[in-house]
Amino acid sequence: MLHFLRRRLTVAILVALTVLTLSFMLTRLSGDLAISIAGPNASQEDIELIRRAYGLDRPLWVQYFDWLWRALQGDFGDSYFFKTRVARLIMERMPITMTLGLCGLFIALCVALPLGILAAVKENTWVDRSVLMVALIGQAMPSFWLGLILMVVLGLNLGWLPISGTGSWEHYVMPSIVLSFSAIPSLMRLTRSGMIEALASDYIRTARAKGLSRLSILVKHGFRNAAIPVVAIAAVQLGFMLGGSIVIETVFALHGVGYLAWESISKNDFPVVQAVVLVLALIYIGLTLLSDLLNAVLDPRLRSA
Amino acid sequence: MSTVLQPAGAGNRRRIWRNAGAILGVGIVGFITFVAIFAPWLAPYDPFTIDLGRRVIPPMWMEGGSPLNLLGTDQLGRDYLSRLIYGARVSMIIGVATVITSGIIGTFLGVMGGFYGGRVDDAVMFAITARLSIPVVLVALAVAGLLGTSFTLVILVLGLLLWDRFAVVARSTTMQIRNLDYVAAARCAGCSPMTVLLKEVLPNIATHLAVVATLEMALAILLEAALSFLGLGVPPPLPSWGLMISEAKDYMFFSPWIIMIPGIALFVLVLGVNLLGDALRDMLGTDLSR
Repeated sequence: MLHFLRRRLTVAILVALTVLTLSFMLTRLSGDLAISIAGPNASQEDIELIRRAYGLDRPLWVQYFDWLWRALQGDFGDSYFFKTRVARLIMERMPITMTLGLCGLFIALCVALPLGILAAVKENTWVDRSVLMVALIGQAMPSFWLGLILMVVLGLNLGWLPISGTGSWEHYVMPSIVLSFSAIPSLMRLTRSGMIEALASDYIRTARAKGLSRLSILVKHGFRNAAIPVVAIAAVQLGFMLGGSIVIETVFALHGVGYLAWESISKNDFPVVQAVVLVLALIYIGLTLLSDLLNAVLDPRLRSA
Repeated sequence: MSTVLQPAGAGNRRRIWRNAGAILGVGIVGFITFVAIFAPWLAPYDPFTIDLGRRVIPPMWMEGGSPLNLLGTDQLGRDYLSRLIYGARVSMIIGVATVITSGIIGTFLGVMGGFYGGRVDDAVMFAITARLSIPVVLVALAVAGLLGTSFTLVILVLGLLLWDRFAVVARSTTMQIRNLDYVAAARCAGCSPMTVLLKEVLPNIATHLAVVATLEMALAILLEAALSFLGLGVPPPLPSWGLMISEAKDYMFFSPWIIMIPGIALFVLVLGVNLLGDALRDMLGTDLSR
């Protein structure tokens, strides 16, 4: 167990360092950062001034290690546009994105688990096929489009929910529903296949032979075994959802980290973009690590792997 | 799995249902490919011609519609049907080109890792893990924001980012057949590793990769639409379906059809590509989602 832990942790740290390097390189893609910051109408002197002010006249490797050293201490520099600490900006916006991600995951689990179990129990009937159809529809639905439709139907026509903004809990309902769509298909398929496998196993036959009730067999014996991979994948899915929430936050003008990133991209505010990429990647790495650990704790067979 | 316990007829019904899905998938993808290829002959008007006198005319079956523009006109008076038809080109080209780029990268990495194992495999696994931790949409947007938007850039960025599933599947399938007799026989016959890879390994994992290709194509089409919707994908005035939704969204509260038409087209295409992938997977007899 300890060996497994150490190995996973080493990989996670190495991946984190790679991502740090990649997110530094990302902003140097355009060649000269000073020109991009100065904007299209800047004179040569302005560009020189900016180059010196932001330390861009130093050799690239000095800039890299300087940035790396500060980033490791949680210092991502100042935002060019907001004129505040990038770390503070992200700390302020993160709760909104986290709330959105967790609500989205909660809705996804509430839909995916019962439907997945239902499909497994009624395998190869019309119920099963309808559930698979729902998965296909969820997979094919463009999230931003679904968001706009909900705005028109729930926001305007029915008037149940606010159309956009961040003010109250009601502002999170539509974005969370839209975000959950991206996770429902995979969670549902996984629950279904896990349940089918569990229900076909010997211990279920034993449980049936003992005369246990249907519900008890399904929940206690079937689902507990099918749930292991689902729990692990749910953690990874949350990481993907946080990364993908940029589209949904932009559609609904929900001022989370994704919206911050979108604003910063359109304003050439590179330190913020860089930091958001990094923070989301680190959260994802943390969540996959958590998912591996959950897997190992829930299923001892996997520890030696 | 549980097929033994199924009543007679269930297998048959299942097959019929699956066939219906396959036919639908092939039909949708075939039709949209046809439309994309023959767009100049099918489109009634030029998709770029602006007519400010005829703006936001609804489709012909709605009140105020006109038979001149079957699907109406957009906010600049351009014929919606023509833009929709040319939009099929954008989606299909980006989908196919992205899959080719990412397929080459992913297959190369996966086959190398699976075939050689050891350190090579560790490096490949590491690359896959690192790639998965990068938020795709955010990085694609950031790159477009830095380098400016262009059609080729979208393909390049998505192609360089979406290779992970190709690598995972190529790696595991290569591992499975690496030790089979015919590969060993080819080695014994004195074939170089390169020949073994190209002649024995690749043809035998190709079908699995084809399934991945459909999944990735669907994803690439959706991502292109999302990027274009956010204004950092395909640049205007090109008629991308995502861009059409973005440009029309100021009018959606008064005329919802204006976002429904390109959205439905996008949804149907992605559904078709996914159905095609499911059909391919069934033909293979292996279920990757299980």
